[in-house]
Parts: sequence; structure tokens; C-alpha cells
Amino acid sequence: MIRTEELLLNVGPQHPSTHGVFRIVVKLDGEVITEATPVMGYLHRGTEKLAENLNFTQIIPYTDRMDYVSAMTNNYVLCHAVEKMMELEIPERAEFMRLIVMEMQRVASHLVWWGTYLLDIGAMSPFLYAFSDRERILSLFNELCGARLTYNYMRVGGVKWDAPEGWIAKVKVLVKDMYNRLDEYHNLVSGNEIFLSRIKGIGQYDAKTAIDYGLSGANLRSTGVKWDLRKDEPYSLYDRFQFDVPVGKNGDCFDRYECRMEEIVQSLRILEQALEQFPGEGDTMGKVPRVIRPPAGEIYVRIESPRGEIGCHIVSKGKAEPFRLKFRRPSFVNLQILPKLLVGESMTNLVTILGGIDIVLGEVDC
Amino acid sequence: MQHFWDQPLSWGTAGIFAAAAIGVLAFVIFFVTYAIYFERKFIGWMQYRQGPNRTGPLGLLQSVADVAKLLFKEDTIPKKADRGLFILAPVLAFVPSFAVLAFIPYSLNLQFADLNVGFLYYIALSGITTIAIVVAGWASNNKYSLLGGMRSAAQMISYEVPLVMSVVGVVMMSGSLNLRDIVIAQEGYFWHWNFLPQILGFGIFLIAAVSELNRTPFDLPEAESELVAGYHVEYSGFRFAFFMLTEYIYVYAIASLTTILFLGGWNPPIPQLDFIPGVLWFFLKFAVIVFCLFWIRATFPRLRVDQLMGLAWKVLLPLAILNIFLTALGIELIG
Repeated sequence: MIRTEELLLNVGPQHPSTHGVFRIVVKLDGEVITEATPVMGYLHRGTEKLAENLNFTQIIPYTDRMDYVSAMTNNYVLCHAVEKMMELEIPERAEFMRLIVMEMQRVASHLVWWGTYLLDIGAMSPFLYAFSDRERILSLFNELCGARLTYNYMRVGGVKWDAPEGWIAKVKVLVKDMYNRLDEYHNLVSGNEIFLSRIKGIGQYDAKTAIDYGLSGANLRSTGVKWDLRKDEPYSLYDRFQFDVPVGKNGDCFDRYECRMEEIVQSLRILEQALEQFPGEGDTMGKVPRVIRPPAGEIYVRIESPRGEIGCHIVSKGKAEPFRLKFRRPSFVNLQILPKLLVGESMTNLVTILGGIDIVLGEVDC
Repeated sequence: MQHFWDQPLSWGTAGIFAAAAIGVLAFVIFFVTYAIYFERKFIGWMQYRQGPNRTGPLGLLQSVADVAKLLFKEDTIPKKADRGLFILAPVLAFVPSFAVLAFIPYSLNLQFADLNVGFLYYIALSGITTIAIVVAGWASNNKYSLLGGMRSAAQMISYEVPLVMSVVGVVMMSGSLNLRDIVIAQEGYFWHWNFLPQILGFGIFLIAAVSELNRTPFDLPEAESELVAGYHVEYSGFRFAFFMLTEYIYVYAIASLTTILFLGGWNPPIPQLDFIPGVLWFFLKFAVIVFCLFWIRATFPRLRVDQLMGLAWKVLLPLAILNIFLTALGIELIG
């Protein structure tokens, strides 16, 4: 007599492929998932609540620790929200610095994604290649602000540090090298038959589903929706530069891969132009009152982080601390589609799909 | 060695057998230690890293230190594990892996057992290791290891079929299963080696062999990113060391087999070079194969289970059968 049983498998929080402390409880029939329940919150630090007792300059380091792979964009969204509330003027040089570091950060963040995704799929080397390139970007950040991961670089009204001498030239060299490196990566990975067969047609959803779930970033663009806040609601100086918004067609893991790889190229394009137009001199800090007190009211701003739309909602009562601060974290929102995608897939595809969504647990749990 | 087999068993011959066995064991363990070292070193270089370089000069003692650590570790058995099977599994995995080494001819005269069934002996024994892996997966009472064990069973059974089939061509060409005779049949220039006339069989053999070894891109039973460590997730200390040892001994065995079956064993590429001892040629070719295995590991992503099965049954097996047919045709036409 053969009796079959469902297998309840607990994946995470300590599991090599959950990108941190994400946990997902799956019901397996053989190796096929019949039900998946994500459990999150292992990295919850209560950033939003903590922020209510801090002034805005003090909150900036907390945003670093949300999406720690892309701290610069997090810095920016908070500063941008406050600046918009207070209607501050930002010096051009400061805005350029912000844009350059944000785009460098996007490249670095996508490299981390690329490396870890390949690691999830079983290829070890790309991880180290990606990290060696990211290392160069981090070293440049280190030169700029003395930190490699949590920069605390931007301030309300500008940036804390000006570019040191020769820094811009170094970034130029980096951008040039990155094109070559990307070619190498495509040669090594993108055409690999095994890799393609692992990601093509996996974790597919259509544009309507993606919008219903509120997905953003490459997760949305892979379905063919051309939505990039840098283009559609230009902030910073993005309206000055030429770049394309890569979109996919099928909304599967392969299209997400293609989108992200192409986004690196577009970021490099933006960087090239920005470095060319970088103003020779100017202030890096605008005229900002000593104590930052946004006027009473509410504001919601959103920008395009490497993972999607990151938003910041501030409710101010005219004090130095926010009354309420809320972040819309793209990783958290994008993750909601996971249980739906996993049903009927195998254990192997769990890793492929989860990796394809590109989450950062610091941001999911915030 | 051969003439000792023909003598009646006495204390003297038994002693010689024991000494030879210990010699092989020592050599194999030496190989495993440094295979791991070189694997880490090569892959390190391929990934812009240094690899081990702290323990001993150039990190040469790294594997020794690792083994020592594993031996001194506390021996833990999970409470809910099936104790008997849990203890049995590593032994069951290791013994056949070591036993298959007996029949490998390193040179014309250096061979421990000259078996007429040669290759079949390898297949028969290596199958037992599969059982050990399933047992390990089952006995650990862990869901990840169970999945790993099951995958492993499915995979090894699937890949043994094309592996055997791909060698049939070689056997037909040399008219023997005896590995020594197979090598002798390949004497001459390097185009007399089997890998050229049997190019299809060679390819199938390599793919199936990598899969047999559970190495990337077929390392599903221990797929780190999904199953954490697969069947040996609950093992630690020297029991874990036994599984690792088994794995690397099979690397040794498969590299030797590839050398013998397809690369002319101890034969030099051109007969004029035969002043260099055959053993050296053997180990040179052997080293190339081992290096390729490392290289593949640093390059490829992993297949999915269903793709793996599809590849074995839908691609490799028909090709292997086609290869047998072509070989027969070739022998019939060319002679």
C-alpha cells in the first residue's frame, strides 16, 4: 500500500536563498508546491515609529538601513520629501552629485541582484565577478563619504560632502569599464542554455496582474508596462538626460533579467551624460534653516529605486520631528505576488521566482 | 599484482593484499586532500580570489586542517534520526567507492585486480553508493535531506543508463570489457584513441559522468540554494567527511575511467614519446579531466530536476543508442 502525504516544508529564515531572513512555509506534493505562506518581520526594526522621535537629519541614517543595497535612493526619497514640503532650492552641483551617486547605486544594486540571482540558480562565479565590480563603486562611495554601505550622504538641502579631487574622473573610468564588463557578463551568462531554460517562462504574470498587485520596477516593466518614475514623473535632474526605459513582453523571470541588465546600461548612459555636464563649481548645500521644521501638512513623494517605486509619506505638524512617517517600500509590495506565483511550481522554481522578484529584507521588514 | 591472485591465499599473500590496499587508500586520501585544495585554488583564481593561502605554505595544509577539524568534531546524531541507518549510510557510501579503485590499470603492469568484467564491476559497485545516499536522506529525518536523497536516487538511476550505453561503443571496438584490453586496443597515435571515433560516446559519457558525480551543473541532490545541503544536511564531523571523501573518490574513479576508456590510458599521444613512463601519461590525462570538472563547476548554473530527467531519457539515451548503431555500422563497413 502506498500512502502519499503532503510535506510541510519550512524554508527560512535561515536558508541560503531567501536573501536574508525571509521565511516561507510551503506545502509540497512531491516537489510541487501546493501552497505557500510567506512569513516576514524577522528584520523589523520599527523605523517608522522610531522616526517619530527623531528630527529629519537624524532619520537619514535609518533610511540607509532599509534597503541597504541601495541606500542612496532611500536617502534621496526622504530628503526630497522634506525639501518639497519646505520648498527649498537645491544647488545644481548638489543635485548633480545626488543623481550621480543614485545612478551608481542603481548599477551597484543591480550587480548584487545579478550575482545573487545566478548564485540562486547555481552558478557561483558571477557572484564574485559582480561583487568585484560593485566593490569599485563602493570604494568610490567610500572616498566620497567614508562609508561603504550605509552612507548617510544626503542632507535636506543638498549633500554632506563634495566630490573630492579627481573623483569625477574616476567615475568616468568606471563607467567606461562597466560597459566592457557587462559584455563579458552577457557572454558568460546571458546566452547559457542551462540558464535560459531555468528562467524562461518561469513565474509569468501579465500586466493587469502586476498592476493589481501594485508591482513596480523591473517586476512591472517585464510585463510590458512602460512605467519609470524617472521618465514619467521626473524628479531631480532626470528630465535633462536621454535614456530609455527597457520593457519586457512576457513578464517571466527571463524578461525581468533582461530588463535589469538593460537598466544597468541605461544607468551608465545617464551617468555618462551627467558626468559630462557636471558643473565645475558651486555649493553642495542649499540655504537651509538650522532646524528643519517642515510646515504643517502632508506630502507623498515617490522615486524610482532599483527595486521599484519607493515612496515617502510625511505628516508634519510643523515640528522638527515628523508626526508620522511612512515609507512605501517596493520590496515589500513586490513580494505580495509571491504566494500566487509559487502554486504549482517546483521547489527549484521557488528559488528562481523569489530571486527574480529581487527583494531586500531590510526593506521588506523595514 | 596479478600473479598473487593466482596463488592460494596464505598469510603472506593476504599481507600483501592488505599492504596494497592500505597503499591505495593512502594514495587516494592524498589525492582527495589535494584535489580539494586544487579545486578551491583553481576556482578561486577563476573568480578573482586567492583560494586557501593561510594554512601552511601557499595554503597547502588547508585540506589537512579541514580533515583534522572534521575528525575532532563532536559526533552528533539527531534525536529523531534512524540511528542504525544514520550510522550505516556513510560507510555504505564509502566502501564501494573505494572498492571500485581496485580495477583501474595505471600502466601495463600496475593494476590491483585484472577483472574481465571491468566496467560492469564499476557500475555494479557505484550503484550501491546511490542506495547509501537515499538511506542517508531517509535516516536523517529531515525534509531537505529526504528531498535531496530522492532526487539523488532518481538522478543516478537515470544517468547510469546513458553512462553504460555510451561505453558500449568502446567495448564493441575493443571487443572486451577488460579495461586493460581496452587500453591495449588504443595503442598507436592519439587518433587511435577512442575519443575520436567515439566522439559521440565520449560526449555522452562526460555529461553522464558529471551527473553521476553530482557535480555542477547536475548537483541537484545537494543543491545549496534550494535544499541547503541535500542528503547530508544533518551530517557533521567524520560522517560528513566520509560523504565528501566518497564524492571525491568518485571524481578520481570517473577521471581514471575517462582516461582509460577514451583517452588511451597510459599510451603516449605519439609512440615516439614512450620513453616517458606510462603512469605519467595516465596521470597527465587524468589531471586534465579533473581540471575540466573543476572548470565546469566554476562556469555553469544548475539544471532543474525535470530538465535533468528530460536530458537523460530524451536526449542522452537515444544518442547513446544511435552511437551503438553507428559503431556497429562502422565496424561492419571499415572493419
